[in-house]
Amino acid sequence: MVKYLLLIYGDEQIWEAGSAEDRKEIEAGHAAFVAAAGDAVLAGHELLPTATAMSLRGSVAGRPAPTDGPFLESKEVLGGYYVVEAPDLDAAIKLAERLPELTVAHSGVEIRPINEPG
Amino acid sequence: MTENSDVTEAVAQAHRHEWARVLAVTVRVVRDLDLAEECVQDAYAQALRNWAVNGVPARPGAWLTTVARNRAKDLVRRESVLRSALPLLVMDDVVAGPEDGAGPHAVGDDRLRLVFTCCHPALSRDARVALTLRLVCGLSTTEVARAFLVQDSAMAARITRAKKKISAARIPYRMPAPGDLPERVGSVLDVVHLVFTTGHAAPVGERLVRRDLVDGAIHLARTLHELLPDNGAVAGLLALMLLTDARRDTRVSEAGELILLAEQDRSRWDVRQIDEGTALLTESLRRAGPTSYSVQAAIAAVHAEAPTWEDTDWAEVVGLYEVLRRLWPSPVVELNRAIAVGFRDGPEAGLAALAPLLAEPALGTYTYLSAARADFLRRLGRWAEAATSYEEALTMTDNDVERAFLVKRRNEVATHLD
Repeated sequence: MVKYLLLIYGDEQIWEAGSAEDRKEIEAGHAAFVAAAGDAVLAGHELLPTATAMSLRGSVAGRPAPTDGPFLESKEVLGGYYVVEAPDLDAAIKLAERLPELTVAHSGVEIRPINEPG
Repeated sequence: MTENSDVTEAVAQAHRHEWARVLAVTVRVVRDLDLAEECVQDAYAQALRNWAVNGVPARPGAWLTTVARNRAKDLVRRESVLRSALPLLVMDDVVAGPEDGAGPHAVGDDRLRLVFTCCHPALSRDARVALTLRLVCGLSTTEVARAFLVQDSAMAARITRAKKKISAARIPYRMPAPGDLPERVGSVLDVVHLVFTTGHAAPVGERLVRRDLVDGAIHLARTLHELLPDNGAVAGLLALMLLTDARRDTRVSEAGELILLAEQDRSRWDVRQIDEGTALLTESLRRAGPTSYSVQAAIAAVHAEAPTWEDTDWAEVVGLYEVLRRLWPSPVVELNRAIAVGFRDGPEAGLAALAPLLAEPALGTYTYLSAARADFLRRLGRWAEAATSYEEALTMTDNDVERAFLVKRRNEVATHLD
């Protein structure tokens, strides 16, 4: 089995402009995803908006520099994640395909294998 | 002792026809692409020595597979402790066929597994093409680099990265599930078509056609068609390649000069290939309706059926390009449609159809746009403008055969100038 990180990206402005009903629908979608995936889901959370984020930049001399906002400034931001376990990439893709964010055009999911030394 | 040249030829032939099968079976044993490749290369090297002494075996593929597999088993045994720490290719033990690949299907499935792994959509298109040429067609890294105009070292790095991704991300070594097949086949066909077009009109070099690439692509499509006989898109691509390749021997003169469709000796077109391509085209249309490949095949079929250039049904060709531009909107399709309009309605109409494409950035350095304009201008006797267009086309081609053709035409046009 391999662990994969599913990173959910999307347009933050569109997410925030959504109605209460839209939110409910997405939440129901995630509940269905978790129910369908069962033991395959090891962890997962929705993240608070990027306005709540701060970043530390690496620094060769002295302390890292703190800045306001996400590490990369872009329209599509990381909005949530899951850690899942799957036998191979095709199985991980099958799982990720059920995420509700994949039913709208502005969002998408990145699938990254997790490095497990040893 | 067998004649040295016979042995070399037998090994070369086994390389062309059996490489993918031998590799695919070996990968199944070792579950590691690099190690499997090494063992297969080793088996071919042994064949050169062994066959010279013992004669060429009746079934060279089986001989090579046995040698490569035994070598692989040896290595795996010796390194089993070390290897247990490495990620291995994911495969389904349950469906893995008999190791000696008895029936034709076991063999075919092995090769297909290899193709689908190399063409997994998680790999970039460049990586898919490079891996397929290297692992499935058996081209050396240098040959793959040459076909795609990159440095050897860059191509070697690209192939290594792709192999690492297959094992790190756990891209499985298996046939996709039936539900995923149509989508996955698309990515394979895309690669096969790219290999074919690269071989059909090599972008660089002394020769116009690279037979190894063309043959490799047709061979791959044949294998896919054998194994997925109901897939109309596969039949469409195979039809397109056979109908196009049927003209291979008439595209270049004995002196190595480019001969355009209009001047080709149609009696030397490969009738058997045309018949097979036409039958496959009919089958493809019946099973899948028009796809971008089958419509291109239909255009090739119209040319194949015309007894002479003058008898070509240009209205039909233009109509097919109109279908194609809806299925596959692209500047190159627009260019070809405009050229066909020029042959249907005359060079004046052709120039008018080409005009809007001059501003198309994707065609900014495309030789064939300038060459097509030059040709229409030449037919209209607008010699000075034709000469300029030929000059323009010349600055954009790196293929020696095309270059020689354009120089000849430019010089002909220039005689009218004074």
